[in-house]
Amino acid sequence: MSATLVTASYLGAAILFILSLGGLSNPETSRRGNLYGMTGMVIAVLATVSGPNVTSAGYAWIVGAMLVGATIGLYAARVVKMTQMPELVALMHSLVGLAAVLVGFANYIDPAASAHFKGAEKTIHELEIYIGVLIGAVTFSGSVIAFGKLSAKISGKPVLLPGRHWLNLAGLLAVVWFGGQFISVHSISEGMTPLIVMTAIALLFGIHMVMAIGGADMPVVISMLNSYSGWAAAATGFMLSNDLLIVTGALVGSSGAILSYIMCRAMNRHFLSVIAGGFGTEGGSPAGAGGGKGNEPAGEVFPISAVETAELLRGAKNVIIVPGYGMAVAQAQHAVYELTKQLREKGVNVRFGIHPVAGRMPGHMNVLLAEARVPYDIVLEMDEINADFPDTDVAMVVGANDIVNPAAQEDPTSPIAGMPVLEVWKGKTSIVMKRSMASGYAGVDNPLFYKENNRMLFGDAKKMLDEVLGALKA
Amino acid sequence: MPQVIGVPRETAAGERRVATVPEVVEKLVKLGFKVVVEGGAGEAANFSDDAYRAAGAEIVGDAGSLWARSDIVFKVRGPSADEVGLMREGGALVSFIWPAQNPELMQQLAAKKATVLAMDSVPRISRAQKLDALSSMANIAGYRAVIEAAHHFGRFFTGQITAAGKVPPAKVFIIGAGVAGLSAIGAASGLGAIVRANDTRPEVADQVKSMGGEFVAVDYQEQGTGVGGYAKVMSEGFLKAQRETFARQAKEVDIIITTALIPGRPAPKLITAEMVRSMSPGSVIVDLAAEQGGNCELTEPGKVAVKHGVTLIGYTDLPSRLARQSSTLYATNLLRLTEELCKAKDGSINVNMEDEVIRGTTVIKEGKITWPPPAPKLSAAPAPPAVAKPAVPAPPKAHGHGGAGAPMPLKATAIFFLAAAAAFWFIGAYAPPAFLGHFTVFVLACFVGYMVIWNVTSALHTPLMSVTNAISSIIAIGALVQVAPPVSEAGDRPESWIVGLAVLSIALVAINMFGGFAVTQRMLQMFRK
Repeated sequence: MSATLVTASYLGAAILFILSLGGLSNPETSRRGNLYGMTGMVIAVLATVSGPNVTSAGYAWIVGAMLVGATIGLYAARVVKMTQMPELVALMHSLVGLAAVLVGFANYIDPAASAHFKGAEKTIHELEIYIGVLIGAVTFSGSVIAFGKLSAKISGKPVLLPGRHWLNLAGLLAVVWFGGQFISVHSISEGMTPLIVMTAIALLFGIHMVMAIGGADMPVVISMLNSYSGWAAAATGFMLSNDLLIVTGALVGSSGAILSYIMCRAMNRHFLSVIAGGFGTEGGSPAGAGGGKGNEPAGEVFPISAVETAELLRGAKNVIIVPGYGMAVAQAQHAVYELTKQLREKGVNVRFGIHPVAGRMPGHMNVLLAEARVPYDIVLEMDEINADFPDTDVAMVVGANDIVNPAAQEDPTSPIAGMPVLEVWKGKTSIVMKRSMASGYAGVDNPLFYKENNRMLFGDAKKMLDEVLGALKA
Repeated sequence: MPQVIGVPRETAAGERRVATVPEVVEKLVKLGFKVVVEGGAGEAANFSDDAYRAAGAEIVGDAGSLWARSDIVFKVRGPSADEVGLMREGGALVSFIWPAQNPELMQQLAAKKATVLAMDSVPRISRAQKLDALSSMANIAGYRAVIEAAHHFGRFFTGQITAAGKVPPAKVFIIGAGVAGLSAIGAASGLGAIVRANDTRPEVADQVKSMGGEFVAVDYQEQGTGVGGYAKVMSEGFLKAQRETFARQAKEVDIIITTALIPGRPAPKLITAEMVRSMSPGSVIVDLAAEQGGNCELTEPGKVAVKHGVTLIGYTDLPSRLARQSSTLYATNLLRLTEELCKAKDGSINVNMEDEVIRGTTVIKEGKITWPPPAPKLSAAPAPPAVAKPAVPAPPKAHGHGGAGAPMPLKATAIFFLAAAAAFWFIGAYAPPAFLGHFTVFVLACFVGYMVIWNVTSALHTPLMSVTNAISSIIAIGALVQVAPPVSEAGDRPESWIVGLAVLSIALVAINMFGGFAVTQRMLQMFRK
């Protein structure tokens, strides 16, 4: 295949990738979108392999490596549980980051790769390598830590080193200084030292950054790392003068950036404050001691039994279920669907209200509900469903806390003030399924629990749902 | 030692309001303050001295001793020069100030080393709504405007069919659907009139409908794209179309209530003498913008005038005409502000300039003029605290997807574009051509990504991440071309290292490539109707 033909194939692949993302605008077209993506990838890989830059000597290596990777990848995709999607995605981001680092190093030590660059072009090329490795390394270590946090191998609590902003700044300055060293050296072996030192700093920086971020900010982190993996690919594209890599990297990068933005907006928080980490360290110590405005939630909590819950649901016409991370932890999505099915058969209008940051990654709840075969047309976004709560007989909160906290609207001193929330308390009755009275991630007490029209159903979400279901069938 | 809140009698002519009411006094006392009220302060609003006393306030005979004793003074209108003279050095004052219109008052207060909170400068953010006295007053003004109109209008509002004949319903046209306008719509439709309303902001149409009115749009194509939600000065073409619309309405309706204000400018002249002439005799116009010159050419501020058979009401004190109600609401607004100022409930205020609401409201801090406040944080709603059309600025309803929310304010946009232009110039001037080509592709691809991703439904955000993740394994190409490139004469190539690194990356990326697409497919299969 000639070089021009390869370029044309790349163009085709780029278009297919764009169509692939475009297809996700709607569940109907999304499967076709994924096929476009696969086709694009196949075209890109085949065109590269058969192109002028790969000689037949490499085929065995390529096929071998591909086979190993494909086996692992397909196996992982088959066995992963839907509740583990955030972990899997984080892990995969780390692979892209690592690959970007390796490709950057390989490119740097290859004298043929930079032989034809002179003057400013050479400097730019080296900068591209440097930046590509930098982003790749941050993505890699950040994603590994995110994976550890999501799979509870590392504590989800933010780890805040003293003077962490200064540490980051010092790291940044060191990276810039070594960058200057890197482009000023004359031989490859001399350049290795700054490159390796910078990689180490970048790895530490990635670790430090994600360690400082708490559990419920994970949706932002995941989408941010997604964005980084895109920028890493784009930087590699600049390094190799490959437009397809640039286009794809930019697509992925902006996708992740937009997702991060959406997630931040859903929490009414500034992107920088999430990245700076340590939610709730500035104000609002746990359990409302920081409020002090006369409306600390206090009063009586009304518990309810599974049987009474079933009674309430049986008498209801409109039910809205609000799932949260607790549903994922308890693996309760199937029980939720069973309940939904029962109620719908009885003619109850059951719908789901999804907060944008429910769960640990964007769209997490939607995927879990889809796995449990809940039809997607009764799964609604917060903006779509919030106005309907006043007409709702029962609003069921399954393992969610901060996203249904009325303090966000009523108490301007609350640390989560201004965050958009699902207004479950406007329903005739709300039922909160929760293991205990502990406060949510934000460390804010939830006045919802003390509202007169709220009932608490204490216990593990799955177990309690099964009991409700039993009572409902009886 | 609790601080003393003093409430003097309003001295402005015709002012009937009072800055606190007995009900609120009780709550202020609970916050730890001592409340002192000047004798007869609430008389015009039907609050007797005894009622204040019963609520826990102390009544003081004359203004002089009241001002002298008070650490904090609550007032409705800004103080007169005499009152400033009575004020204690270093004291605090809360009232309407209008700092932009009253620079010399600001100077006098600053000279007194006072701390002044202006109720007209409360930032218009949702957290501050409960202390937004402008909205409270606008609400009352809108209601009262309808009542005044009904009083001067010689007919029923509601249509009736009686034994004595058929009575047609009154037609009311309301210009400007801010807080006052919406309140007027509600009051007029509550009385049974047919209500129509117009506003330059087309997005308020729903609010108009929700209050029982009918939205009259100006028939002009370009108007859909107002700047930041507030079209400040409309184009000549629009104004012409607007005049035509108003002229048509004037011929049809019986009552016009105008509430159009543009911040920092004289009120726009919307109703011409010609339009007034075209109205049927006995019609009424209530001009809520009279204080700023009036929306109607013939309005006489502060007075009721009959011209061409039409009654023109130009009262500038409509809230004061409903003194008991407006005092209660204003007092509650002040109470909310006090709660913000006194979070410790220890009877002393703390003007915390870190707090966005308090920062915005405070116009003088210990003798230092702090007005105007810095621009609100970028996350806040559009542009400055526009007192435009005493309005609840229709919050730009942020959709989950489909648009990037509110357009940036013009200034920010300009700065952004300048910065971008500078960056592009720098790149264009110094970068080699090959880089520039790639850079072009990169920037365009970012834009394509931006456009495409906003259309992704939020339900599919997880598949989106896994598919973008799979696609980012395109980085494999970088490794593929390194495994076995055509032989070059560039000399000692560390072959084994490069091949090792490249093969390892291919394997890693292949996990991602196959795994990513497979898991995406698995997820998407699950989405069913």
